[in-house]
Amino acid sequence: MAGKPVLHYFDGRGRMEPIRWLLAAAGVEFEEKFLKTRDDLARLRSDGSLMFQQVPMVEIDGMKLVQTKAILNYIASKYNLYGKDMKERAIIDMYTEGVADLEIMILYYPHMPPEEKEASLAKIKEQTRNRYFPAFEKVLKSHGQDYLVGNRLSRADIALVELLYHVEELDPGVVDNFPLLKALRSRVSNLPTVKKFLQPGSQRKPFDDAKCVESAKKIFS
Amino acid sequence: MAGKPVLHHFNARGRMECIRWLLAAAGVEFEEKFIQSPEDLEKLKKDGNLMFDQVPMVEIDGMKLAQTRAILNYIATKYDLYGKDMKERALIDMYSEGILDLTEMIGQLVLCPPDQREAKTALAKDRTKNRYLPAFEKVLKSHGQDYLVGNRLTRVDIHLLEVLLYVEEFDASLLTPFPLLKAFKSRISSLPNVKKFLQPGSQRKPPMDAKQIQEARKAFKIQ
Repeated sequence: MAGKPVLHYFDGRGRMEPIRWLLAAAGVEFEEKFLKTRDDLARLRSDGSLMFQQVPMVEIDGMKLVQTKAILNYIASKYNLYGKDMKERAIIDMYTEGVADLEIMILYYPHMPPEEKEASLAKIKEQTRNRYFPAFEKVLKSHGQDYLVGNRLSRADIALVELLYHVEELDPGVVDNFPLLKALRSRVSNLPTVKKFLQPGSQRKPFDDAKCVESAKKIFS
Repeated sequence: MAGKPVLHHFNARGRMECIRWLLAAAGVEFEEKFIQSPEDLEKLKKDGNLMFDQVPMVEIDGMKLAQTRAILNYIATKYDLYGKDMKERALIDMYSEGILDLTEMIGQLVLCPPDQREAKTALAKDRTKNRYLPAFEKVLKSHGQDYLVGNRLTRVDIHLLEVLLYVEEFDASLLTPFPLLKAFKSRISSLPNVKKFLQPGSQRKPPMDAKQIQEARKAFKIQ
């Protein structure tokens, strides 16, 4: 089908959120079909739509793609957000994988047992401040350009800016210690497509609240 | 440097093993610099060689690449093992991500706390038998070809062979109901570069037991 991509997931951030950000930043309109019950997931599984019985799944260009990274790679390639050559893609991948490692910790945080949350939050803060943010601040400082790779927008910028927003929900004001990251966030946030996605009423999802956690548990456990 | 890729990691499978497999399958000779002491790792960090202070790191074509997927993607692209177009790459990525998930699930079992081991092992067997292996058996059945994508060798064939060998180490009976996967395993194992990598004396790494891993982690303060 040559129509809009269709995103299948529950109505929450989770592993689909980086895909929403990337599609929105690329200016691609998409539809969402929210899973609300276990039966909804069972139906997708039994009709053979999920290669590994898991969502996210995105219907795009005749494919039913699962696995967040496979989906992101395809969208980034299709919309020219994946660098100009093999070496740029390698650098973009390295940066994006670092972002994904921290993002996954943040993603899981609301769904954790209460007794594990304190240690996890401490680790998120420590790794944000001492590992990931310094690494990216250094990249921006070393080349002095507006974007992370190749002096133009790529998926790495979008992934990082998404992360900056998400980290600050757990560690308010942390970005203030990283002036170049703060400037990157401002720049990317003001791109027309991203600006629109940041407005109320867009398909961006809020931090997973207790209701959202409950709903995910109902579907997946 | 236009020389051989240089792989920096502990002398163990870890997150570097899939990279060793891919380079070997592509017929690329590589060097290894094993991290043997905390000082070795500290030096790599202090010299700014590890973007996120983590290995694996591969020096290749003037880059110091970290992050397993970034390294694999680069090697696969460079050696024409990543499909012929965007859609083939999407399928290769989807399959590869599933395989990496399975590899991680099996690989983590050795580190599992004793009170969780039985449950985790049972889950790993169930997922292997009922989720991952059926998915790939179905792919092979649906197109009847010798390779997973595009009727030619790609990285995902190498990744799948690697994980089938781990499944076999884990519980050989899990492969019994999957004749196409067994035939696939034989076929890919017989490719000259792969066959050579499977011989004793190659750069392939053995499994480690829990005690060895525990000791290594303590020495390197990894949690």
